[in-house]
Amino acid sequence: MSQKQEEENPAEETGEEKQDTQEKEGILPERAEEAKLKAKYPSLGQKPGGSDFLMKRLQKGVRGTISYPLTLEPKGMGPVEQKYFDSGDYNMAKAKMKNKQLPSAGPDKNLVTGDHIPTPQDLPQRKSSLVTSKLAG
Amino acid sequence: MIPGIGVLTQNTLWCFSQMKGAIETGVTEADIISTVEFNHTGELLATGDKGGRVVIFQREQESKNQVHRRGEYNVYSTFQSHEPEFDYLKSLEIEEKINKIRWLPQQNAAYFLLSTNDKTVKLWKVSERDKRPEGYNLKDEEGRLRDPATITTLRVPVLRPMDLMVEATPRRVFANAHTYHINSISVNSDYETYMSADDLRINLWNFEITNQSFNIVDIKPANMEELTEVITAAEFHPHHCNTFVYSSSKGTIRLCDMRASALCDRHTKFFEEPEDPSNRSFFSEIISSISDVKFSHSGRYIMTRDYLTVKVWDLNMENRPIETYQVHDYLRSKLCSLYENDCIFDKFECVWNGSDSVIMTGSYNNFFRMFDRNTKRDVTLEASRENSKPRAILKPRKVCVGGKRRKDEISVDSLDFSKKILHTAWHPSENIIAVAATNNLYIFQDKVN
Repeated sequence: MSQKQEEENPAEETGEEKQDTQEKEGILPERAEEAKLKAKYPSLGQKPGGSDFLMKRLQKGVRGTISYPLTLEPKGMGPVEQKYFDSGDYNMAKAKMKNKQLPSAGPDKNLVTGDHIPTPQDLPQRKSSLVTSKLAG
Repeated sequence: MIPGIGVLTQNTLWCFSQMKGAIETGVTEADIISTVEFNHTGELLATGDKGGRVVIFQREQESKNQVHRRGEYNVYSTFQSHEPEFDYLKSLEIEEKINKIRWLPQQNAAYFLLSTNDKTVKLWKVSERDKRPEGYNLKDEEGRLRDPATITTLRVPVLRPMDLMVEATPRRVFANAHTYHINSISVNSDYETYMSADDLRINLWNFEITNQSFNIVDIKPANMEELTEVITAAEFHPHHCNTFVYSSSKGTIRLCDMRASALCDRHTKFFEEPEDPSNRSFFSEIISSISDVKFSHSGRYIMTRDYLTVKVWDLNMENRPIETYQVHDYLRSKLCSLYENDCIFDKFECVWNGSDSVIMTGSYNNFFRMFDRNTKRDVTLEASRENSKPRAILKPRKVCVGGKRRKDEISVDSLDFSKKILHTAWHPSENIIAVAATNNLYIFQDKVN
């Protein structure tokens, strides 16, 4: 244990540290991984468990479209959520997603012209999955 | 049927029983199973998915003819529990994903369960209808109104048998009580109340009252900049209706007694394992975050799951767990990439068997692990379609860390991290387990001799 304390300097993760402590198990893998991470993302904060992580977790919205493998981004609590400006923005985004999925049935299908005032009935409703779960199939 | 609960010795063999769900290459996100739960008798098995749907399976009665095959689980009811909503105030979508399902103990012919998404808890009643009234006076058999002028006689409607119909109806909706995302619900042993926990608060509800709840834990700091930890899971004691525990993102567990005060911000017991400061790294706090906490059936112990281990704590000893089991320690040398692909934030659950002698939790590559607390033996099994022949015995799997890989072993670098088993359930009294592997539900049973 005393050997560890002598070279204790968590602020500096270098390759040399790895070589120095080859014979020690346990903490070594984590520290090596930490060094790797800091090398890739030097701007990563020193205090990972602090407010940033947790705030992101508290504010998470819907996870948008998750696809595996997940996108690589230097961040914390999960895939970046999509925050919308307002409900109109949200509905436009959903409509766009629907458009992408449908084979285009003409370019002017979903265009809202300048002089058409949308009513609540016109707004595309996001319907939850009406298909029965495949577990029940 | 072999009564009793098995001890996981080398004599216990797990066999494939059933697999539910589609076999397809691309997985629709809505089909991803997000929670699995047996009811108190094990007769029913409920699953929730990301599409907000609940599917309930019922165990078929065992026939005298097929003694070698234990009762299989067949679909009993399915319904849409939650729908996606839009929070207009925050301009955020509210997912319909079912975070947790908890059954109420059965008190009459109907079954009741609680299901929750991020914001709203619902009480569902699942009941059977096998009789139908016939012979109305004012309606004909198709339900059309009869012209009163044509009615010349009166008759008394009678109940006639009909094909069994299972109906699910929402009986209570407990909404608008959580600013943050609900991670846990737990039914109290008094069967009158339950709690719902989000990242910063825990509320106590009465089943009959939906427009009020008591706030019993509030860890939101006055200044959000000072936020250092969040609530990750919470559960009521199985016998003492005044006691509950909640776990935190810092790897600690607090036990609270509701008799002490209305707001249980001061814990009665505080469970924390001291950490060697020289072991600390960037990842320490992340991997110490507890993703699940479960009381043993006896109520004497609690089990916690963090990223790499499962720990058993004795309620009488706060300063360290009595048992620590390594789930997949070989991931310690992969933490950097697991952080990059977010897998380090995966929330694994853990379960006790009926006699509290064996504990189980999931891992990656569709592996799941069982630890026998008495014999200290452990086993790694896999939920895969290759092992899906009826009554096929599951072969133990092994991950090799070092250089030389044996024939049956799989190397750490070959593990599929998109195949994660986060949710599992163990039948309350028998060796039957349900394992959720993304969009498929596997049911395994121990070998009947």
